[in-house]
This record gives sequence, C-alpha cells and structure tokens, in this order.
Amino acid sequence: MSKLLETEICGIKMNTPILAASGTFGFGEEFENFVELDKLGGVMVKCITLKPRTGNKGVRVAETSMGMLNSIGLENPGVEKFLSEILPRIKKYNMNVIVNISGSSVEDYGELAKLLDVDGVAAIELNISCPNVKDGGIIFGTNPKAASEVTKAAKKNTRKPVIVKLSPNVADITEIALAVEYSGADCISLINTLIGMQININTWQPTLGNITGGLSGAAIKPVAVRMVYQVANAVKVPVIGMGGIRNCADAVEFFLAGASAVAIGTANFTDPNVTMKIIADLENYLQSCGLENISEIVGKVK
Amino acid sequence: MSKIFESEIKSNVEVAPAIFKLEIDAPELAKLSKPGQFAQIQLPSETFTLRRPIGIASTRKGVKMFYRVVGDGTKFLSTLKEGTTLNILAPLGNGFSMHYSHKILLAGGGMGLAPLLSVAEKLREVEVLIGGRNKDEVIFWIREFVHLPAVRSIFVTTDDGSYRYGRTGFVVDYLPEIMASSKFSAVYTCGPDVMMHGVALEAIANGLPCELSFERRMACGLGACLSCSIDTINGRKKVCKDGPVFDAKEFNWD
Repeated sequence: MSKLLETEICGIKMNTPILAASGTFGFGEEFENFVELDKLGGVMVKCITLKPRTGNKGVRVAETSMGMLNSIGLENPGVEKFLSEILPRIKKYNMNVIVNISGSSVEDYGELAKLLDVDGVAAIELNISCPNVKDGGIIFGTNPKAASEVTKAAKKNTRKPVIVKLSPNVADITEIALAVEYSGADCISLINTLIGMQININTWQPTLGNITGGLSGAAIKPVAVRMVYQVANAVKVPVIGMGGIRNCADAVEFFLAGASAVAIGTANFTDPNVTMKIIADLENYLQSCGLENISEIVGKVK
Repeated sequence: MSKIFESEIKSNVEVAPAIFKLEIDAPELAKLSKPGQFAQIQLPSETFTLRRPIGIASTRKGVKMFYRVVGDGTKFLSTLKEGTTLNILAPLGNGFSMHYSHKILLAGGGMGLAPLLSVAEKLREVEVLIGGRNKDEVIFWIREFVHLPAVRSIFVTTDDGSYRYGRTGFVVDYLPEIMASSKFSAVYTCGPDVMMHGVALEAIANGLPCELSFERRMACGLGACLSCSIDTINGRKKVCKDGPVFDAKEFNWD
C-alpha cells in the first residue's frame, strides 16, 4: 500500500484514515470475507458494557428515505466475554481494535476503561451518544458537565487513547466538544445517530419496538459535515468524522471539513466491501490532485 | 462461504397477486447454496440503504426466489426486467439439516414455502403441507412442488377455503391428521411465527425432531448489526448467521 493514506491519530498508526463505525461492523471478523481488515485505520467494535445486554424488544431496524433507523439497544456479550473470547480471536487480523464502551454511571466508564487497558486494544471510544437506551449513553452526551465527568473517569483509568463519540442531538455541539477536550479527550468522533421515528400508516403504530431510534445513512450526511466542521474549528484534538459516508466523494467532504480520519457505518450494510472501494478511490483522488498525503486536505475547506 | 455475486435476472414474473418469482442466472451460487439458506439482494437504486433478505427456493435450473411486494423495496424489485444485473450477497445462514434418509414432512405457510421447496429438491422423500390465504396463494406453490420426484403427497389448506381440493383453515389445524397418516422422521416448517409455534408443539407431542426457519428484519445479514437477534434456551442467537433454521428444542415453547 502506498503512503498516500498513512496517518497517525493520537499515537495510533493507521494504514488508511478509513475506519469502520461501531455497531455496523460487529467485531470485524464478520466482514473478513469482504474486507482486508488491516487496510482499515481501525475497527470501532460493537459497543461493550460491563454486563451482557439483550437490547430492545420488537422490531429493531427500519429503512427510511436515504437512510435507516435502528433501535438495537446496545445488545452485547459484556466486557468479560469480550476480553476472554472475542479479543483473543480478533487479534490475528492485525487491525486497530477500538473498543466502544457505554455505561449507566460515570463509574461504569472508569471501570470499563480500566478493564480494557490491555494488549490488543488500540483505543477506547466512549459512547455518550446512544439514543436507544434509557440508562446510559446519551444522558452523558447532552450535558457538558456529565460528558466531562465521564471523560475524566475514563482517562484516569487507562493509558490508551480516549476517543469521545458525540451526539448530534444537542443545541450546540462545540460546547460538548470543548468540555470533553478540556477533560482530557485525546480525540473526538462524531456524529452518532439522530433521534428519529417512523409510523406504519396501516397499523397506526410506530415501526420500531422502542418507538424511536437512531437515524443513520446518507440522509444525515449534511448534518454530520456541518458538525465536524464546527467541532474541528473549535478544538485542537483530532476529529474522526462519520455520518452517511457512502463513497470517496462523501469522505473527502469530511476531510475538507476538518476530519483527520473518517468512519463508515450504515454503508457497510448496503455493500460489505464499501470501505475497500473508498480506500482505492481516495488514493486516486489524492493522486489526481497531485498530493502526497491525506493530511494535506484535512480542514482545507475554503 | 458467502460472496458477492453480480448476476442477471432471467425472469421476474407475478405468479399470484403481489407475489413474484425471480429467476437469476447464477450457476456458482446454485452450486454453493444449501437448502434453507438465503440471499441479501441489493436493489439497484441509490434510494435504498438496506438489502432485502430473500430465501433461496430452488437451485435446479438457475437460482429461483419468491417474494411478496410489501413495501417500496419489493415494489421496486418487482419492476426490474430480464437482463438487469443484481448485486447479491449469498448464500447466507445455516440451512436445514439434510442427514435424514427417511420421509420428512414439510409444513409451510405463505412465503414460508420457499425454503421448503429447496429442501424438497434435495431430499429423497417428503410430504408437503401447503397453507395460504386463498387459492391464488397456494396454486403456484402446488405447481412448484408437484413435479419434484421426492414429493409423495401434497396437502393444501386455505384460510378462506377458496381452493376447493383442499381444506379450510390453518396449517396447524390440518397437521395432526397428516402426522397420524404416515411415518415421518422429522418436520421442517417455515411461515408466520404463530404457525411455526403450533407446528413445533405438534411435532414435539409426536416425538418428532422439528426444524424451523425464521423470518426477521435484517440489515447486514452477516451477524454484525444484531437487528435480528432472538432468545433461545442457549442464549441470544442471530437469525441471519446462527439461523435462519433452528431446532425446535432450542426454544422454550410454554
């Protein structure tokens, strides 16, 4: 692979600035037939909590115009099983494993960060933005003070870089971004899903069992680009941008807006091979612009 | 192992009101597929985000699938003409066990007959119970099953009684009589959850092994997104990857 796409974000060396977003890519292994996993900058694995969770009841996914709603509700096997079974299994892929974590209390985030301070974990991503659970996630992501406390708790308990994933469901995203940067976040990723809802006009019932869910996919891209632009201009730490990226052109918008790397989420469902296509096209784009490295376009929107 | 196939549509015709038969030119997929597996079809339009999971019904002369038009995606699929290239992620899921050498009873309702057709193609001896809403929704299935060498008998029941050579009522109403009439080594079922529940209870009461194929909404089809997780007595399972076929013993039916 050429050096065009090599990058380093808060000490994590990445072969490319293309990552897989949490919740859409399992633990990476599910995509091994379709993706050269070590070509990715990293895999943000399915959100891990202290105890196993079964997630929400009823219908958990629905397609929308140019996107989809999900209300999985953080189903996961729990940190213990992740450490004993899953992490040893996925080490062989030679990919940066970024563990997305969520808790119901500030202490949960600290404990998870401590338990995951082990070999094979490249970084920790704090999920303070899941719209689908009542007892955690987004309540920490919509209040600067809570976001700050969670960040501090994680930082105090791990030597790994801490990435904080922000929710777009706020009035001023820079306020949260500045609060987590001030509290020690090494990197900020955004955006998580926007809260949405769909109603079945035949039954007059909400489609999703959880009534509301998180909207993702192409429909949210302009919102994501705007928020990445605002946050990248407000903070000094690197930003990982995501939200509706389906192709190289979409990714380039995020780099120009100020993202040092981008993550692909919902598009993996449409095409499990999409990350590899974006990597190939991004190399061609940089070459056609006469550039030598992806860093040359980061934040260069005029 | 699942792959991405770029395959042409050979035909895409309405076989009953709002039900379509889709034939695809995909010899490699036909060879790879096991009875009961499914495909994730990408709709060739940027408007759609999610693939559509559709059971593989036959692999004898090309790959055959059946789908009901239920929303914008399947409506769009139904407009695609012969020669259109489809991007297909398949084969997915586990499929039915194929080790039984004696007669199997296949009990299906509606679109649930599709995976059972793929079983009937590959086994030596089966009897089929076809359930549907009305005569239009059972006749095309009878035509698919009737010429297969493994099919010994076909029993038909419609909700409204409009198929006059069959019964009136549900699959579960007809089942006890059929089970008593012959010796089966197992029962395979696919259809609405409530129907499969009834079939599983009846099979268990008769001491027969029973395998069920579930239909659930999915996003990835690869076991990553967890849209389709269900509870089993062995913990959470993914319909797309651990299933869609499960042993009835994996559930607590009470």
